[in-house]
Amino acid sequence: MDHHQRWHPTVNEREFIERALQSDLRVDGRRPFDFRRLKILFGREDGSAEVQLGDTRVMGYATAQLVQPYKDRPNEGTLAIFTEFSPMADPAFEPGRPGESAIELGRVVDRGLRESRAVDMESLCVVAGKHVWSVRVDLHILDNGGNLIDAANIAALAALSTFRRPECTVGGEDGQQVTVHDPEVRDPLPLTIHHLPIAVTFAYFGEGNIMVIDPTYKEEAVMGGRMTATINSNGDVCSIQKAGGEGVMSSVIMQCLRIASVKAADITSKIKNEVNSYTSAKALQKVKRLPASALKKDNAPDVAMKESSDGALETQSTKPSSDGQQINKEPPSVVEDNKQEDVEPMLSECNPEAQSESRLTAGGSDETQEAISPKSLKDAVKPKHKRKKKQHSKINV
Amino acid sequence: MEYVNPLTGFRVDGRRPNEMRQLKGEVGVVARADGSALFEMGNTRVIAAVYGPREVQNKGQQVNSKDALVRCEYRMADFSTGDRRRKPKGDRRSTEISLVIRQTMEASILTHLMPRSQIDIFVQVLQADGGTRAACINAATLALADAGIPMRDIVTSCSADLNYIEDSAGGPDVTVGFLTKMDKVTLLQMDAKLPMDTFETVMDLAIEGCKAIANYIREVLLENTKRLECQRDH
Repeated sequence: MDHHQRWHPTVNEREFIERALQSDLRVDGRRPFDFRRLKILFGREDGSAEVQLGDTRVMGYATAQLVQPYKDRPNEGTLAIFTEFSPMADPAFEPGRPGESAIELGRVVDRGLRESRAVDMESLCVVAGKHVWSVRVDLHILDNGGNLIDAANIAALAALSTFRRPECTVGGEDGQQVTVHDPEVRDPLPLTIHHLPIAVTFAYFGEGNIMVIDPTYKEEAVMGGRMTATINSNGDVCSIQKAGGEGVMSSVIMQCLRIASVKAADITSKIKNEVNSYTSAKALQKVKRLPASALKKDNAPDVAMKESSDGALETQSTKPSSDGQQINKEPPSVVEDNKQEDVEPMLSECNPEAQSESRLTAGGSDETQEAISPKSLKDAVKPKHKRKKKQHSKINV
Repeated sequence: MEYVNPLTGFRVDGRRPNEMRQLKGEVGVVARADGSALFEMGNTRVIAAVYGPREVQNKGQQVNSKDALVRCEYRMADFSTGDRRRKPKGDRRSTEISLVIRQTMEASILTHLMPRSQIDIFVQVLQADGGTRAACINAATLALADAGIPMRDIVTSCSADLNYIEDSAGGPDVTVGFLTKMDKVTLLQMDAKLPMDTFETVMDLAIEGCKAIANYIREVLLENTKRLECQRDH
């Protein structure tokens, strides 16, 4: 199996840690029921979060795509947790196939979120039996300083709380055609999260009589058993995982659960505060940007939008082109009239004719529009598209 | 769907709310293994085989030379569930259950008495009808006892369902692994949202179940020892 073993403490180190615990002292100076310092950082994009719990660092990233739902649940979206234990974080982690601990972590986080119905799945349904959103959370362990489960769980919650999925509407003659709207045009929607199930891990030492919360890497190497209780701020137990190891009395378990519910309330408010400050900062940015985008809308017709929609499509699903393909609702001429129309179908991706046509109707004022429209990452991609389309239009002419 | 009939107070399968399914344990079912057992809880059927203590095959796996290395492989037979299809080996679920069973058995085995050796536990689900994880642990305990491996206590497992106490939809399921003599919980797995007080009731019910199973397992082992004694006399 694994060549590189986990760090093994010497007999002296082991005794030192255990002796210290007998007098309520931990190697890093915490008290038995103290968490390490929790820091939540958000990425530039929605749905990405990095959690630092002491030395432990976990990155969470949420994405979504449209898929066909499971047969037995035609009107529910799906949520899946994927874990990546990079060998960078710990020499004991092997590259390639996920190990036992990676699988256990993924399943504990997954159960805590899914079985307690923390994320509303029915609101992720677009067309029952045909299209639902499949949310995927990737958890990358960046540094293993102990207690990966709690850190990974917080990372997953933070990522899901800031995640926004593109809005989509159903239309067409048969009412089955799905239009995914560009996030630039219609604000993407957050997930409906009913409650935050917080994982709190306890480590047991010495016949199960001594317990500490949030064990470090060194404590994990010495501990006899471990229990992870996933609890929300209302005190509901969402899942428990104690996979063997040192036995503990049932009264001790109930005591742990009571402690965990207090800790869960603290962590919940911490996550909520961080998420709120992130979203309000994001909203402020949007307000600043508005005049520029309004300007862009005035001058540049649908062309610019369509191009941006190309980029955004990468995050969308690979939809069967037969039923997913949306034909422009309005003919190009109408689009020209209605320049501020912002209900622009997104899925006009492979409709070069319509695009080139509208490019023609837009006339030769392309260059000036380019100059006015604000620079963004998408502009870097533009010239290539433009060249292609110009060629197209030449042929058409 | 109602799990307990409000008129008669019986469950769908005719049991009372806190009544366990029929238990059946049999020791020595695999001839080549050092210890083996078949365990049934109602329609759930599990077979377990134990090899060891024997020399460590792969030295790289040996974590420390002071304790025995315990390994466990859990597998569900392709024909164990209603829909008969090939199940991939080493999927996430069975990897996790293997880990859980291994760590639960490690809690009861006196590993420090057998340094530099390894014990292999193989469990196979022949028929799955709920509570496979609990049945596997009970079968493994019987097989370990049959193999004569020193244990500090008998670890038994039982799962309890909230549906059997209260009438509510959804199936919160609590599986407990219990060291009977030491009165300690080693394995505890629970899914689904429950208020804390309700959880305590369900856990206590599962612990009661574990105690009953421990009594049954002792009976089976005693019976087996008597049979062996008879054979020696002849």
